[in-house]
Amino acid sequence: MNTIKNKVSEREEIEALLPWHAAGTLSRREAQKVEQALASDAELATQYETVRQDLAETIGLNESLGAPSARVMQRLMADIEADASTARRTRSSFSLGEWLSDKLSSFSPRTLAWSATAAALAIVLQAGLLAGMFVNDRQGNLSYTTASVPLEQTVKPGTDALISFAPTATAGEITKLLQTYKMAIVEGPSGDMYTVRLAVTGIPKEELSKVIKQLQNEKTVRFVGQKSAD
Amino acid sequence: MQTTSDEALIGRIAGGDKLAMQVLFARHHVRVYRFVLRLVGDASRAEDLINDVFLDVWRTADKFEARSQVSTWLLAIARYKALSALRKRPDEELDDETAGAIEDPGDDPEKAMQKKDTSEILRQCLTKLSAEHREIIDLVYYHEKSVEEVARIVGVPENTVKTRMFYARKRLGELLKAAGVERGWP
Repeated sequence: MNTIKNKVSEREEIEALLPWHAAGTLSRREAQKVEQALASDAELATQYETVRQDLAETIGLNESLGAPSARVMQRLMADIEADASTARRTRSSFSLGEWLSDKLSSFSPRTLAWSATAAALAIVLQAGLLAGMFVNDRQGNLSYTTASVPLEQTVKPGTDALISFAPTATAGEITKLLQTYKMAIVEGPSGDMYTVRLAVTGIPKEELSKVIKQLQNEKTVRFVGQKSAD
Repeated sequence: MQTTSDEALIGRIAGGDKLAMQVLFARHHVRVYRFVLRLVGDASRAEDLINDVFLDVWRTADKFEARSQVSTWLLAIARYKALSALRKRPDEELDDETAGAIEDPGDDPEKAMQKKDTSEILRQCLTKLSAEHREIIDLVYYHEKSVEEVARIVGVPENTVKTRMFYARKRLGELLKAAGVERGWP
């Protein structure tokens, strides 16, 4: 009697699992049990066929429902931006890199190009100022250590030139030019003119003219001329 | 190509990553939309609701404990939102039991019977099931949820899930019979 009851209960259990078997979401053990029952029970097999039909049509019905419009995503992102939790999270997880990246991505390419040029020039200017400070420092040391030596015998002031760059010149081209001629921007801009240091010491006039002439032939240079001594 | 798991995306969303949110949305929004649409029956309302669902995900991602699949969690939130929205409708102020027992009063079976295509009749009958039966059939067949996952989404014991599914199938068979389609079961 108990055996019959158990068999009925087991069959009902298998019957209840048919939809999940058809959908492939049963565990391997359960799936094997269902497979064995299906192989030996014709009525169950018929039922399983109806389950498979139902599954196919349910998928077809849901797929026919279409998709939400694209504006849902836009609206969601706008809502997220406006959400209080977003501001809180942004504050608590501030990343300089992400902030910088966000800021840069909001600029136009032209603004970025100008910013990059300005930044490069600022770096070069800073390098020039540091070099100048270093030289002045050395001059200072020399004057202390050689107090008995006449001033004319100490290091002479550097040789400077006035220069303006072509409007089309990129920051990379300007940097390359400065490196090629071993120049450093020490002052400016005044209008579009910069003062560049050609040498930390005075150089002969002939050599200076030669350098100026070479610079005049550079396409990145719009104007270059010797700066009169102050 | 290796794709980021849903769980990893949720972790990134909890950290405030909006791009991860977009990826998760792109991955799941259609299915969540269809699930909600089948419950509320109104496309524009379903769109509003999925917006609410994903906004909730954004707000509560740090509370996700990975005890279930992310898709199961999404459907559970969606179900809650859809039922809450239905409750707010003045013309549908029904308790769960009553609402679940009522079948879609759409087309009558006779109309469906006129259509020779069994497949079409079957789809018609699927839309005529009660909300409770529609929901479980969708979750099992379309959303491929296991007994345990359905139990989590619907909030009932696993045995109830099995019994409810059995009765949903039985009811579908009866509707088909009434529409002139005899399948040998029930």
